[in-house]
Amino acid sequence: MNWLRQPATPTQITHGKRLWLYVISGLVMLFLILPTLIVIPMSFSESQYLEFPPREWSLRWYKNYFGSTSWMLATATSFKAGFLTMILSTLVGTMAAYGLHTARMRFSGLVFSILLTPIVVPIILVGIGVFYVYVKLGLVNTMAGIVLAHSMLAIPLVVMVVSSALKSYDMNQERVARSLGASRTYAFFFVTLPQIRFSVISGAVLSFLTSFDEVIVSLFISGGENSTLTRNMFAALRDQIDPTIAAISTLVVVLTSILLAISQIFGKNSALPD
Amino acid sequence: MTVIAAPNAEGLRRDAAVERLQLFALGGPAVLLVIVTMIVPVGWLFWLSFLNDAGEFSLEHYRRMLVQPSYGRAFSLTFEVSFLTTAICIVLGYPLAYVLSQLPRRAANICMIAVMLPFWTSLLVRTYAWLVLLHRQGVINTWGIKLGLWEAPLPLVHNLNGTLIGMVHIMLPFLILPVYSSMRAIDRDYLKAAANLGASPTRAFWLVFLPLSLPGLLAGSLIVFILCLGFYVTPAVLGGGKVTMVANRIATDIELFFNWGAASSLGVVLFVLTGLILYAASRLVRLDRLLGGGSH
Repeated sequence: MNWLRQPATPTQITHGKRLWLYVISGLVMLFLILPTLIVIPMSFSESQYLEFPPREWSLRWYKNYFGSTSWMLATATSFKAGFLTMILSTLVGTMAAYGLHTARMRFSGLVFSILLTPIVVPIILVGIGVFYVYVKLGLVNTMAGIVLAHSMLAIPLVVMVVSSALKSYDMNQERVARSLGASRTYAFFFVTLPQIRFSVISGAVLSFLTSFDEVIVSLFISGGENSTLTRNMFAALRDQIDPTIAAISTLVVVLTSILLAISQIFGKNSALPD
Repeated sequence: MTVIAAPNAEGLRRDAAVERLQLFALGGPAVLLVIVTMIVPVGWLFWLSFLNDAGEFSLEHYRRMLVQPSYGRAFSLTFEVSFLTTAICIVLGYPLAYVLSQLPRRAANICMIAVMLPFWTSLLVRTYAWLVLLHRQGVINTWGIKLGLWEAPLPLVHNLNGTLIGMVHIMLPFLILPVYSSMRAIDRDYLKAAANLGASPTRAFWLVFLPLSLPGLLAGSLIVFILCLGFYVTPAVLGGGKVTMVANRIATDIELFFNWGAASSLGVVLFVLTGLILYAASRLVRLDRLLGGGSH
Protein backbone atom coordinates (compact mmCIF):
# COMPACT_ATOMS: atom_id res chain seq x y z
CA MET A 1 0.00 0.00 0.00
CA ASN A 2 1.19 3.41 -0.92
CA TRP A 3 -0.01 5.03 2.29
CA LEU A 4 2.32 2.83 4.35
CA ARG A 5 5.35 4.19 2.53
CA GLN A 6 4.40 7.84 3.01
CA PRO A 7 5.89 9.75 5.95
CA ALA A 8 3.26 10.58 8.60
CA THR A 9 4.17 14.27 8.32
CA PRO A 10 7.07 15.73 6.33
CA THR A 11 9.40 15.38 9.33
CA GLN A 12 8.30 11.94 10.47
CA ILE A 13 8.85 8.25 9.79
CA THR A 14 6.52 6.46 7.38
CA HIS A 15 3.08 5.26 8.42
CA GLY A 16 4.27 1.71 7.82
CA LYS A 17 7.08 1.99 10.35
CA ARG A 18 4.75 3.20 13.05
CA LEU A 19 1.81 0.89 12.47
CA TRP A 20 2.39 -0.40 16.01
CA LEU A 21 1.52 3.08 17.27
CA TYR A 22 -1.84 2.99 15.49
CA VAL A 23 -2.51 -0.50 16.82
CA ILE A 24 -1.82 0.61 20.40
CA SER A 25 -4.00 3.70 19.97
CA GLY A 26 -6.83 1.63 18.57
CA LEU A 27 -6.61 -0.84 21.42
CA VAL A 28 -6.57 1.94 24.03
CA MET A 29 -9.67 3.47 22.43
CA LEU A 30 -11.41 0.09 22.54
CA PHE A 31 -10.37 -0.27 26.18
CA LEU A 32 -11.98 3.11 26.85
CA ILE A 33 -15.32 2.55 25.17
CA LEU A 34 -16.05 -1.18 25.16
CA PRO A 35 -16.72 -1.72 28.88
CA THR A 36 -19.47 0.89 28.91
CA LEU A 37 -21.03 -0.33 25.69
CA ILE A 38 -20.98 -4.02 26.60
CA VAL A 39 -23.39 -3.37 29.45
CA ILE A 40 -26.11 -2.38 26.96
CA PRO A 41 -26.59 -5.76 25.20
CA MET A 42 -26.21 -7.59 28.50
CA SER A 43 -29.09 -5.68 30.02
CA PHE A 44 -31.40 -7.29 27.42
CA SER A 45 -30.30 -10.82 28.30
CA GLU A 46 -32.75 -13.39 29.59
CA SER A 47 -30.18 -15.19 31.71
CA GLN A 48 -29.29 -14.06 35.19
CA TYR A 49 -25.72 -15.06 34.51
CA LEU A 50 -24.02 -12.33 32.58
CA GLU A 51 -23.11 -14.03 29.33
CA PHE A 52 -21.97 -12.31 26.21
CA PRO A 53 -23.42 -12.47 23.65
CA PRO A 54 -26.70 -13.23 25.44
CA ARG A 55 -28.36 -16.47 24.30
CA GLU A 56 -31.89 -15.19 24.66
CA TRP A 57 -33.17 -11.64 24.71
CA SER A 58 -35.73 -10.27 27.10
CA LEU A 59 -36.82 -7.16 28.96
CA ARG A 60 -36.82 -9.08 32.21
CA TRP A 61 -34.33 -6.82 34.03
CA TYR A 62 -36.09 -3.66 32.89
CA LYS A 63 -39.39 -5.06 34.21
CA ASN A 64 -37.60 -5.92 37.40
CA TYR A 65 -36.33 -2.36 37.74
CA PHE A 66 -39.58 -0.60 36.85
CA GLY A 67 -41.54 -3.02 39.00
CA SER A 68 -39.47 -2.50 42.13
CA THR A 69 -40.75 0.10 44.58
CA SER A 70 -37.37 0.62 46.17
CA TRP A 71 -35.58 1.20 42.84
CA MET A 72 -38.35 3.58 41.73
CA LEU A 73 -38.19 5.48 45.00
CA ALA A 74 -34.41 5.78 44.73
CA THR A 75 -34.68 6.96 41.13
CA ALA A 76 -37.22 9.60 42.10
CA THR A 77 -34.94 10.75 44.93
CA SER A 78 -31.96 11.03 42.58
CA PHE A 79 -33.91 13.03 40.02
CA LYS A 80 -35.34 15.32 42.66
CA ALA A 81 -31.93 15.84 44.25
CA GLY A 82 -30.40 16.43 40.81
CA PHE A 83 -32.98 19.05 39.81
CA LEU A 84 -32.88 20.90 43.10
CA THR A 85 -29.06 20.82 43.10
CA MET A 86 -29.06 22.12 39.56
CA ILE A 87 -31.33 25.04 40.47
CA LEU A 88 -29.54 25.94 43.71
CA SER A 89 -25.96 25.62 42.49
CA THR A 90 -26.58 27.31 39.14
CA LEU A 91 -28.30 30.19 40.90
CA VAL A 92 -25.76 30.83 43.66
CA GLY A 93 -22.80 29.84 41.46
CA THR A 94 -23.74 32.26 38.68
CA MET A 95 -24.42 35.01 41.23
CA ALA A 96 -21.02 34.45 42.79
CA ALA A 97 -19.17 34.32 39.47
CA TYR A 98 -20.85 37.52 38.27
CA GLY A 99 -20.43 39.32 41.59
CA LEU A 100 -16.77 38.47 41.96
CA HIS A 101 -16.04 39.27 38.34
CA THR A 102 -17.64 42.70 38.42
CA ALA A 103 -16.80 43.80 41.97
CA ARG A 104 -13.04 43.45 41.45
CA MET A 105 -12.38 43.75 45.17
CA ARG A 106 -9.14 42.90 46.88
CA PHE A 107 -10.66 39.75 48.38
CA SER A 108 -12.22 38.48 45.16
CA GLY A 109 -9.31 36.11 44.54
CA LEU A 110 -9.54 34.71 48.06
CA VAL A 111 -13.30 34.18 47.83
CA PHE A 112 -12.81 32.55 44.45
CA SER A 113 -10.37 30.03 45.89
CA ILE A 114 -12.75 29.30 48.79
CA LEU A 115 -15.41 28.46 46.21
CA LEU A 116 -13.03 26.06 44.46
CA THR A 117 -11.95 24.16 47.62
CA PRO A 118 -14.50 21.35 47.16
CA ILE A 119 -12.45 20.11 44.19
CA VAL A 120 -9.21 19.67 46.09
CA VAL A 121 -10.43 18.18 49.36
CA PRO A 122 -10.59 14.35 49.24
CA ILE A 123 -14.25 13.48 48.80
CA ILE A 124 -14.22 10.85 51.54
CA LEU A 125 -13.21 13.57 54.03
CA VAL A 126 -16.11 15.73 52.82
CA GLY A 127 -18.42 12.72 53.15
CA ILE A 128 -17.68 11.92 56.76
CA GLY A 129 -17.41 15.60 57.70
CA VAL A 130 -20.83 16.41 56.27
CA PHE A 131 -22.22 13.27 57.94
CA TYR A 132 -20.85 14.39 61.30
CA VAL A 133 -22.32 17.89 61.02
CA TYR A 134 -25.64 16.58 59.65
CA VAL A 135 -26.03 14.25 62.62
CA LYS A 136 -25.88 17.32 64.87
CA LEU A 137 -28.24 19.32 62.65
CA GLY A 138 -30.68 16.47 62.08
CA LEU A 139 -30.17 16.64 58.31
CA VAL A 140 -29.15 13.01 57.76
CA ASN A 141 -31.44 11.16 55.32
CA THR A 142 -33.23 14.36 54.31
CA MET A 143 -33.64 15.79 50.83
CA ALA A 144 -32.48 19.21 52.07
CA GLY A 145 -29.29 17.67 53.36
CA ILE A 146 -28.52 15.89 50.09
CA VAL A 147 -29.25 18.98 47.99
CA LEU A 148 -27.07 21.26 50.15
CA ALA A 149 -24.11 18.86 50.07
CA HIS A 150 -24.41 18.16 46.34
CA SER A 151 -24.74 21.87 45.56
CA MET A 152 -21.52 22.51 47.45
CA LEU A 153 -19.81 19.92 45.22
CA ALA A 154 -21.32 21.46 42.07
CA ILE A 155 -20.62 25.13 42.86
CA PRO A 156 -16.95 25.03 41.76
CA LEU A 157 -17.96 23.70 38.34
CA VAL A 158 -20.63 26.36 37.81
CA VAL A 159 -18.33 29.13 39.04
CA MET A 160 -15.51 28.00 36.75
CA VAL A 161 -17.66 27.64 33.65
CA VAL A 162 -19.51 30.94 34.16
CA SER A 163 -16.42 32.98 35.08
CA SER A 164 -14.58 31.78 32.03
CA ALA A 165 -17.53 32.98 29.95
CA LEU A 166 -17.52 36.34 31.73
CA LYS A 167 -13.81 36.74 31.04
CA SER A 168 -14.44 36.65 27.32
CA TYR A 169 -17.55 38.86 27.60
CA ASP A 170 -17.19 42.59 27.02
CA MET A 171 -18.60 44.27 30.12
CA ASN A 172 -18.86 47.57 28.22
CA GLN A 173 -22.08 46.26 26.71
CA GLU A 174 -23.62 46.31 30.14
CA ARG A 175 -22.28 49.84 30.71
CA VAL A 176 -23.92 50.97 27.48
CA ALA A 177 -27.24 49.52 28.60
CA ARG A 178 -26.95 51.30 31.93
CA SER A 179 -25.99 54.60 30.39
CA LEU A 180 -29.20 54.27 28.40
CA GLY A 181 -31.13 54.02 31.63
CA ALA A 182 -31.27 50.31 32.41
CA SER A 183 -30.81 49.32 36.03
CA ARG A 184 -27.98 46.98 36.91
CA THR A 185 -30.41 44.08 37.35
CA TYR A 186 -32.19 44.85 34.09
CA ALA A 187 -28.86 45.13 32.25
CA PHE A 188 -27.73 41.79 33.66
CA PHE A 189 -30.88 39.91 32.72
CA PHE A 190 -31.38 41.45 29.28
CA VAL A 191 -27.83 42.11 28.08
CA THR A 192 -25.29 39.97 29.93
CA LEU A 193 -27.23 36.81 30.72
CA PRO A 194 -28.41 36.16 27.15
CA GLN A 195 -24.77 36.25 26.05
CA ILE A 196 -23.40 33.94 28.72
CA ARG A 197 -26.45 31.65 28.69
CA PHE A 198 -24.59 28.82 26.96
CA SER A 199 -22.15 28.58 29.82
CA VAL A 200 -24.90 28.88 32.40
CA ILE A 201 -26.73 25.96 30.73
CA SER A 202 -23.50 23.94 30.63
CA GLY A 203 -22.97 24.67 34.30
CA ALA A 204 -26.53 23.57 35.05
CA VAL A 205 -26.11 20.28 33.18
CA LEU A 206 -22.79 19.65 34.92
CA SER A 207 -24.31 20.27 38.32
CA PHE A 208 -27.24 17.95 37.61
CA LEU A 209 -24.80 15.20 36.61
CA THR A 210 -22.59 15.90 39.63
CA SER A 211 -25.51 15.25 41.91
CA PHE A 212 -26.96 12.38 39.90
CA ASP A 213 -23.64 10.50 39.77
CA GLU A 214 -22.43 11.30 43.26
CA VAL A 215 -21.75 8.19 45.36
CA ILE A 216 -19.58 8.77 48.39
CA VAL A 217 -21.33 11.67 50.11
CA SER A 218 -24.71 10.09 49.36
CA LEU A 219 -23.51 6.86 50.92
CA PHE A 220 -23.15 8.62 54.27
CA ILE A 221 -25.96 11.15 54.28
CA SER A 222 -28.76 9.56 52.27
CA GLY A 223 -30.83 6.66 53.45
CA GLY A 224 -34.31 5.42 54.24
CA GLU A 225 -36.87 6.79 51.83
CA ASN A 226 -34.33 9.35 50.66
CA SER A 227 -31.76 6.82 49.42
CA THR A 228 -30.26 7.92 46.13
CA LEU A 229 -30.02 5.62 43.12
CA THR A 230 -26.22 5.57 43.36
CA ARG A 231 -26.36 4.55 47.00
CA ASN A 232 -28.63 1.60 46.20
CA MET A 233 -26.55 0.63 43.19
CA PHE A 234 -23.38 0.67 45.26
CA ALA A 235 -24.96 -1.52 47.92
CA ALA A 236 -26.15 -3.96 45.24
CA LEU A 237 -22.70 -4.06 43.64
CA ARG A 238 -20.98 -4.92 46.87
CA ASP A 239 -23.28 -7.88 47.49
CA GLN A 240 -23.98 -9.62 44.20
CA ILE A 241 -23.96 -9.03 40.46
CA ASP A 242 -27.63 -8.33 39.90
CA PRO A 243 -28.38 -7.89 36.15
CA THR A 244 -30.97 -5.27 37.11
CA ILE A 245 -27.96 -2.98 37.50
CA ALA A 246 -27.15 -3.57 33.82
CA ALA A 247 -30.61 -2.27 32.93
CA ILE A 248 -30.21 0.76 35.21
CA SER A 249 -26.72 1.39 33.85
CA THR A 250 -28.03 1.38 30.31
CA LEU A 251 -30.72 3.89 31.22
CA VAL A 252 -28.15 6.08 32.99
CA VAL A 253 -25.84 5.99 29.95
CA VAL A 254 -28.74 7.01 27.70
CA LEU A 255 -29.75 9.83 30.05
CA THR A 256 -26.18 11.14 30.34
CA SER A 257 -25.75 11.07 26.57
CA ILE A 258 -28.97 13.04 26.05
CA LEU A 259 -27.96 15.64 28.63
CA LEU A 260 -24.49 16.02 27.13
CA ALA A 261 -25.96 16.30 23.66
CA ILE A 262 -28.19 19.10 24.98
CA SER A 263 -25.26 20.90 26.55
CA GLN A 264 -23.31 20.41 23.31
CA ILE A 265 -26.07 21.90 21.21
CA PHE A 266 -26.67 24.82 23.57
CA GLY A 267 -23.30 25.00 25.21
CA LYS A 268 -21.01 25.22 22.17
CA ASN A 269 -18.24 22.91 23.35
CA SER A 270 -17.85 24.43 26.77
CA ALA A 271 -18.40 21.04 28.44
CA LEU A 272 -15.93 19.35 26.13
CA PRO A 273 -12.45 20.44 25.09
CA ASP A 274 -11.83 21.25 21.43
CA MET B 1 -4.08 66.72 34.67
CA THR B 2 -6.32 68.87 36.71
CA VAL B 3 -9.91 67.92 36.68
CA ILE B 4 -12.62 70.22 37.80
CA ALA B 5 -14.54 67.91 40.05
CA ALA B 6 -18.19 67.60 39.39
CA PRO B 7 -20.22 68.79 42.36
CA ASN B 8 -21.48 65.27 42.95
CA ALA B 9 -18.06 63.54 42.56
CA GLU B 10 -17.93 62.57 46.22
CA GLY B 11 -21.41 61.09 46.11
CA LEU B 12 -20.69 59.18 42.92
CA ARG B 13 -17.59 57.65 44.44
CA ARG B 14 -19.60 56.58 47.47
CA ASP B 15 -22.26 55.08 45.21
CA ALA B 16 -19.60 53.16 43.30
CA ALA B 17 -18.16 51.76 46.53
CA VAL B 18 -21.61 50.73 47.75
CA GLU B 19 -22.39 49.07 44.44
CA ARG B 20 -19.15 47.15 44.46
CA LEU B 21 -19.94 45.91 47.95
CA GLN B 22 -23.39 44.85 46.79
CA LEU B 23 -21.89 42.97 43.86
CA PHE B 24 -19.34 41.37 46.13
CA ALA B 25 -22.21 40.27 48.37
CA LEU B 26 -23.68 38.28 45.47
CA GLY B 27 -20.96 35.75 46.24
CA GLY B 28 -22.35 35.45 49.77
CA PRO B 29 -24.81 32.55 49.39
CA ALA B 30 -22.28 30.39 47.54
CA VAL B 31 -19.55 31.12 50.06
CA LEU B 32 -21.93 30.48 52.95
CA LEU B 33 -22.93 27.13 51.47
CA VAL B 34 -19.31 26.07 50.95
CA ILE B 35 -18.41 27.18 54.48
CA VAL B 36 -21.33 25.36 56.13
CA THR B 37 -21.12 22.09 54.21
CA MET B 38 -17.39 21.94 53.58
CA ILE B 39 -15.10 24.15 55.62
CA VAL B 40 -16.89 23.76 58.96
CA PRO B 41 -17.22 19.94 58.66
CA VAL B 42 -13.63 19.43 57.58
CA GLY B 43 -12.41 21.86 60.23
CA TRP B 44 -14.44 20.00 62.81
CA LEU B 45 -12.89 16.68 61.79
CA PHE B 46 -9.49 18.28 62.05
CA TRP B 47 -10.33 19.28 65.62
CA LEU B 48 -11.71 15.82 66.46
CA SER B 49 -8.54 14.16 65.26
CA PHE B 50 -6.67 15.80 68.15
CA LEU B 51 -9.07 14.64 70.87
CA ASN B 52 -8.97 11.29 72.67
CA ASP B 53 -12.03 9.35 73.85
CA ALA B 54 -12.23 11.41 77.03
CA GLY B 55 -12.36 14.58 74.93
CA GLU B 56 -8.91 15.80 75.96
CA PHE B 57 -6.24 17.02 73.63
CA SER B 58 -3.96 14.18 72.54
CA LEU B 59 -1.99 12.91 69.60
CA GLU B 60 -3.27 9.40 70.28
CA HIS B 61 -4.84 8.97 66.85
CA TYR B 62 -1.74 10.08 65.02
CA ARG B 63 0.44 7.89 67.24
CA ARG B 64 -1.79 4.90 66.46
CA MET B 65 -1.27 5.50 62.78
CA LEU B 66 2.46 5.09 63.28
CA VAL B 67 2.21 2.12 65.66
CA GLN B 68 -0.55 0.01 64.08
CA PRO B 69 0.77 -1.67 60.94
CA SER B 70 -2.66 -1.84 59.28
CA TYR B 71 -2.71 1.96 58.93
CA GLY B 72 0.77 2.03 57.48
CA ARG B 73 -0.28 -0.68 55.03
CA ALA B 74 -3.30 1.34 53.93
CA PHE B 75 -1.05 4.30 53.16
CA SER B 76 1.63 2.31 51.36
CA LEU B 77 -1.03 0.47 49.35
CA THR B 78 -2.67 3.78 48.43
CA PHE B 79 0.61 5.18 47.16
CA GLU B 80 1.47 1.95 45.37
CA VAL B 81 -1.91 1.79 43.61
CA SER B 82 -1.81 5.50 42.73
CA PHE B 83 1.71 5.21 41.39
CA LEU B 84 0.96 2.12 39.30
CA THR B 85 -2.26 3.63 37.95
CA THR B 86 -0.43 6.80 36.94
CA ALA B 87 2.38 4.83 35.28
CA ILE B 88 -0.02 2.63 33.30
CA CYS B 89 -2.06 5.68 32.31
CA ILE B 90 1.09 7.33 30.94
CA VAL B 91 2.07 4.23 28.96
CA LEU B 92 -1.43 3.87 27.46
CA GLY B 93 -2.42 7.51 27.22
CA TYR B 94 0.68 9.17 25.79
CA PRO B 95 0.73 7.21 22.50
CA LEU B 96 -3.01 7.74 21.98
CA ALA B 97 -2.74 11.47 22.70
CA TYR B 98 0.22 11.60 20.30
CA VAL B 99 -1.68 9.95 17.46
CA LEU B 100 -4.80 12.05 18.10
CA SER B 101 -2.77 15.27 18.14
CA GLN B 102 -1.54 14.53 14.61
CA LEU B 103 -4.92 13.72 13.12
CA PRO B 104 -6.86 16.43 11.31
CA ARG B 105 -9.09 18.37 13.74
CA ARG B 106 -12.33 16.80 12.60
CA ALA B 107 -11.06 13.23 12.82
CA ALA B 108 -9.45 13.96 16.19
CA ASN B 109 -12.71 15.34 17.54
CA ILE B 110 -14.54 12.18 16.52
CA CYS B 111 -11.90 10.00 18.17
CA MET B 112 -12.11 12.25 21.22
CA ILE B 113 -15.63 10.93 21.75
CA ALA B 114 -13.98 7.63 22.68
CA VAL B 115 -12.05 9.48 25.36
CA MET B 116 -14.97 11.60 26.56
CA LEU B 117 -17.58 8.83 26.68
CA PRO B 118 -16.09 7.12 29.74
CA PHE B 119 -15.26 10.54 31.19
CA TRP B 120 -18.96 11.35 31.33
CA THR B 121 -20.29 7.89 32.16
CA SER B 122 -21.23 7.35 35.75
CA LEU B 123 -18.40 5.91 37.83
CA LEU B 124 -20.70 3.20 39.17
CA VAL B 125 -21.78 2.14 35.70
CA ARG B 126 -18.15 1.71 34.64
CA THR B 127 -17.24 -0.13 37.82
CA TYR B 128 -20.19 -2.45 37.23
CA ALA B 129 -19.10 -2.97 33.62
CA TRP B 130 -15.67 -4.09 34.76
CA LEU B 131 -17.18 -6.44 37.30
CA VAL B 132 -19.23 -8.00 34.49
CA LEU B 133 -16.15 -8.32 32.28
CA LEU B 134 -13.66 -9.54 34.82
CA HIS B 135 -15.34 -11.84 37.31
CA ARG B 136 -14.90 -15.64 37.34
CA GLN B 137 -17.80 -16.35 35.00
CA GLY B 138 -17.38 -12.97 33.33
CA VAL B 139 -17.03 -12.17 29.67
CA ILE B 140 -13.23 -12.25 29.53
CA ASN B 141 -12.86 -15.52 31.45
CA THR B 142 -15.62 -17.32 29.51
CA TRP B 143 -14.15 -16.26 26.18
CA GLY B 144 -10.58 -16.95 27.23
CA ILE B 145 -11.49 -20.50 28.21
CA LYS B 146 -13.72 -21.04 25.17
CA LEU B 147 -10.91 -19.97 22.85
CA GLY B 148 -8.46 -22.15 24.78
CA LEU B 149 -6.24 -19.24 25.86
CA TRP B 150 -6.25 -20.38 29.48
CA GLU B 151 -7.88 -23.28 31.32
CA ALA B 152 -9.03 -22.17 34.75
CA PRO B 153 -10.71 -18.77 35.32
CA LEU B 154 -8.07 -16.11 35.95
CA PRO B 155 -8.40 -14.12 39.18
CA LEU B 156 -9.06 -10.79 37.49
CA VAL B 157 -11.32 -9.12 39.98
CA HIS B 158 -11.85 -8.84 43.75
CA ASN B 159 -8.14 -8.20 44.08
CA LEU B 160 -5.47 -5.67 43.12
CA ASN B 161 -5.66 -6.53 39.40
CA GLY B 162 -9.31 -5.58 39.16
CA THR B 163 -8.77 -2.40 41.16
CA LEU B 164 -5.93 -1.31 38.88
CA ILE B 165 -7.83 -2.07 35.68
CA GLY B 166 -10.86 -0.12 36.91
CA MET B 167 -8.81 2.82 38.12
CA VAL B 168 -6.77 3.08 34.92
CA HIS B 169 -10.00 3.08 32.94
CA ILE B 170 -11.42 5.89 35.05
CA MET B 171 -8.25 7.99 35.14
CA LEU B 172 -7.09 7.63 31.52
CA PRO B 173 -9.17 10.57 30.18
CA PHE B 174 -7.72 12.83 32.89
CA LEU B 175 -4.26 12.07 31.51
CA ILE B 176 -5.10 12.15 27.82
CA LEU B 177 -6.88 15.52 27.83
CA PRO B 178 -4.04 17.72 29.16
CA VAL B 179 -1.40 15.78 27.21
CA TYR B 180 -3.44 16.09 24.01
CA SER B 181 -3.96 19.83 24.39
CA SER B 182 -0.30 20.46 25.18
CA MET B 183 0.74 18.40 22.13
CA ARG B 184 -1.66 20.37 19.92
CA ALA B 185 -0.01 23.56 21.11
CA ILE B 186 3.50 22.47 20.05
CA ASP B 187 4.70 24.45 17.06
CA ARG B 188 5.53 21.99 14.24
CA ASP B 189 8.24 24.36 13.03
CA TYR B 190 10.50 23.13 15.85
CA LEU B 191 10.38 19.64 14.34
CA LYS B 192 11.08 21.02 10.90
CA ALA B 193 14.04 22.92 12.31
CA ALA B 194 15.30 19.73 13.97
CA ALA B 195 14.99 17.84 10.68
CA ASN B 196 16.76 20.67 8.91
CA LEU B 197 19.65 20.37 11.31
CA GLY B 198 19.96 16.70 10.48
CA ALA B 199 17.96 15.02 13.27
CA SER B 200 16.28 11.76 12.31
CA PRO B 201 12.51 11.61 13.03
CA THR B 202 13.16 9.43 16.10
CA ARG B 203 15.85 11.75 17.42
CA ALA B 204 13.66 14.79 16.84
CA PHE B 205 10.89 13.13 18.82
CA TRP B 206 13.07 12.34 21.84
CA LEU B 207 15.03 15.59 21.88
CA VAL B 208 12.41 18.10 20.73
CA PHE B 209 8.83 16.85 20.86
CA LEU B 210 8.93 14.88 24.11
CA PRO B 211 10.49 17.70 26.19
CA LEU B 212 7.94 20.15 24.78
CA SER B 213 5.06 17.85 25.73
CA LEU B 214 6.38 17.29 29.27
CA PRO B 215 4.44 20.12 30.99
CA GLY B 216 1.16 18.61 29.79
CA LEU B 217 2.29 15.12 30.73
CA LEU B 218 3.35 16.31 34.17
CA ALA B 219 0.05 18.12 34.74
CA GLY B 220 -1.92 15.07 33.60
CA SER B 221 0.09 12.62 35.71
CA LEU B 222 -0.26 14.85 38.71
CA ILE B 223 -4.03 15.13 38.49
CA VAL B 224 -4.26 11.35 38.02
CA PHE B 225 -2.02 10.66 41.01
CA ILE B 226 -3.85 13.11 43.28
CA LEU B 227 -7.30 11.82 42.34
CA CYS B 228 -6.14 8.21 42.84
CA LEU B 229 -5.11 8.95 46.42
CA GLY B 230 -8.74 9.55 47.40
CA PHE B 231 -10.33 6.60 45.55
CA TYR B 232 -13.05 4.75 47.39
CA VAL B 233 -15.66 3.17 45.13
CA THR B 234 -13.40 1.25 42.74
CA PRO B 235 -11.23 -0.44 45.40
CA ALA B 236 -14.36 -1.21 47.43
CA VAL B 237 -16.16 -2.94 44.55
CA LEU B 238 -13.40 -4.28 42.29
CA GLY B 239 -11.05 -4.97 45.19
CA GLY B 240 -13.72 -7.10 46.84
CA GLY B 241 -12.76 -5.99 50.35
CA LYS B 242 -9.16 -7.08 49.88
CA VAL B 243 -7.83 -3.75 48.69
CA THR B 244 -8.01 -1.33 51.60
CA MET B 245 -6.92 2.10 50.50
CA VAL B 246 -6.94 5.03 52.91
CA ALA B 247 -10.43 6.15 51.89
CA ASN B 248 -11.80 2.63 52.44
CA ARG B 249 -10.13 2.50 55.84
CA ILE B 250 -11.73 5.84 56.76
CA ALA B 251 -15.17 4.55 55.77
CA THR B 252 -14.73 1.33 57.77
CA ASP B 253 -13.61 3.28 60.83
CA ILE B 254 -16.89 5.21 60.67
CA GLU B 255 -19.32 2.51 59.50
CA LEU B 256 -18.11 -0.32 61.72
CA PHE B 257 -16.35 1.27 64.67
CA PHE B 258 -17.82 4.79 64.87
CA ASN B 259 -14.30 5.90 65.58
CA TRP B 260 -14.42 9.52 64.50
CA GLY B 261 -10.99 10.37 65.85
CA ALA B 262 -9.25 7.61 63.93
CA ALA B 263 -11.15 8.33 60.72
CA SER B 264 -10.56 12.08 61.01
CA SER B 265 -6.85 11.72 61.62
CA LEU B 266 -6.52 9.49 58.55
CA GLY B 267 -8.50 12.02 56.52
CA VAL B 268 -6.37 14.90 57.77
CA VAL B 269 -3.15 13.08 56.84
CA LEU B 270 -4.55 12.23 53.40
CA PHE B 271 -5.61 15.84 52.90
CA VAL B 272 -2.28 17.25 54.04
CA LEU B 273 -0.35 14.83 51.82
CA THR B 274 -2.55 15.79 48.84
CA GLY B 275 -1.99 19.46 49.62
CA LEU B 276 1.78 19.02 49.91
CA ILE B 277 1.99 17.17 46.60
CA LEU B 278 -0.14 19.85 44.92
CA TYR B 279 2.01 22.59 46.45
CA ALA B 280 5.25 20.92 45.39
CA ALA B 281 3.82 20.42 41.93
CA SER B 282 2.57 24.00 41.61
CA ARG B 283 6.22 25.03 41.69
CA LEU B 284 6.79 22.78 38.69
CA VAL B 285 3.65 23.24 36.61
CA ARG B 286 1.13 26.02 36.38
CA LEU B 287 -1.76 24.98 38.57
CA ASP B 288 -4.51 26.55 36.48
CA ARG B 289 -3.48 24.25 33.68
CA LEU B 290 -3.90 21.35 36.06
CA LEU B 291 -7.41 22.37 37.06
CA GLY B 292 -8.25 23.21 33.48
CA GLY B 293 -7.16 19.76 32.41
CA GLY B 294 -9.24 18.02 35.00
CA SER B 295 -12.51 19.76 34.98
CA HIS B 296 -13.37 20.76 31.45
